[in-house]
Amino acid sequence: MLRVRVIPCLDVARGRVVKGTRFVDLTDEGDPPELAERYAAEGADEIVFLDIDAAPDGRGTLLEVVERTARRAFVPLTVGGGVRSVTEMRDVLRAGADKVSFNTAAVRDPALVRRCARRFGSQAVVVAIDARRRAGPDDPGAGWEVVVKGGREATGLDALAWAERAVAAGAGELLVTSIDRDGTGAGFDTQLLRAITDRVPVPVIASGGASGPDDFVAAVRDGGASAVLAASIFHRRRHSIAAVKAAMAVAGIPVRFATAGVA
Amino acid sequence: MTRSGVIRSGVTRVAVVDYGAGNLVSIEQALTAAGADVVMARGPQAFSGADALVVPGVGAAAPAMSRLRRRGLDEPIRAWIADGRPLLGICLGLQLLFEGSDEDGADTLGVLPGRTIRLEDAPRLPHIGWNQVERRRAHPLFEGIDDAADFYFVHSYAAAPGPGADALTLAETTHGARFVSAIARGPLAGVQFHPERSGRDGLRLLANFVGLAAAGAAAPAPGAMLRPAMAG
Repeated sequence: MLRVRVIPCLDVARGRVVKGTRFVDLTDEGDPPELAERYAAEGADEIVFLDIDAAPDGRGTLLEVVERTARRAFVPLTVGGGVRSVTEMRDVLRAGADKVSFNTAAVRDPALVRRCARRFGSQAVVVAIDARRRAGPDDPGAGWEVVVKGGREATGLDALAWAERAVAAGAGELLVTSIDRDGTGAGFDTQLLRAITDRVPVPVIASGGASGPDDFVAAVRDGGASAVLAASIFHRRRHSIAAVKAAMAVAGIPVRFATAGVA
Repeated sequence: MTRSGVIRSGVTRVAVVDYGAGNLVSIEQALTAAGADVVMARGPQAFSGADALVVPGVGAAAPAMSRLRRRGLDEPIRAWIADGRPLLGICLGLQLLFEGSDEDGADTLGVLPGRTIRLEDAPRLPHIGWNQVERRRAHPLFEGIDDAADFYFVHSYAAAPGPGADALTLAETTHGARFVSAIARGPLAGVQFHPERSGRDGLRLLANFVGLAAAGAAAPAPGAMLRPAMAG
């Protein structure tokens, strides 16, 4: 049976892992390869590596850091941040990534998703959707809007419609982040997740708002997520990957328990 | 880089077929960790001096086949297999061993009978993540690995051995319907999952393959290349 993945996210700026609340007030959390190796040993099913410097500053992805990370962690690596062309995607894959995640670049040029999927296969193309609720929680019918540049720029795109378009263009997976919840510890936006997982046939990774193991359970049970991603709760050792998986297993969610030894 | 003329050491040399398909860093790193001396084969001249080939790959069959042909790698791979030498196909590299792919209608290497088909009744596709690999027969490739151990998959299509070719099947996995997740025939093997991304068990499988290749290199036995009568 396919396991639900637990994915630590390494937000990287200037070659270091950082974490802030709603993409601001960034604090240093460590060296990317070192953290990746630790997480792999602790049972991470995959590692997502977001160069959060790249999109706002227009910088290229740090291929050298990707390669050092890929050489130390024998688990799948997804890399996002600043990839804008088929050639740049090829370079990131050759540096050791298994999948590449597109956010702003896909919104600006949806055909990029199609070109990359045709060249490398849909399974290597992830579209990251940062979504913000259009109105307060009292008005669930208002839906969600796609935002880019770490939440600083609204696009006017409806998040659910964009999710369907991205998959039609060739995205093999969606990484859905609730910008309202990101960094707040208020739990995943399970309504957003459910609205998207009901509309697309591809796996959806839940992101934004995890504070404890129960949130991971809710993202899967209520949101329909195939994988759950978090950053700060793992970096700061507030909860271990094993503790999160144990809670998921108790709730009847299939998870992988890594065998001991070098992962 | 060619290695012809180099005095053979005791280290098993594995050539990874590099036809521009995705992430080769992890396969190189994992094979090295598994004890192999790894060379990247961008052309067939790099096959000389190798004890075994690894054919990696992700994505669709048609562009992969055209790149293999452009680099003059397709016929040498067929010849390598016909000579009964060790080869491991990974993911698309496994699928290419069969006759063709339903994904884009491509004709593939045609070394094994059967086609690559879309996963049936899958709850979601692509099939991405760790899933159980259930052994159908004992094989040294899985030595030291628990039956139904988890390996990492990322694909929407899988090879389906043709009628009468059930003997190829080493292991199966369920995502919706069951599909073949590992095959072997003599020194030829293939896995649909990514051992280079499957943690300790993945490294063990690669080490087992390197060990089999070393044993084959130490005692070359043309008779070991069994070709059971198979349809197709």
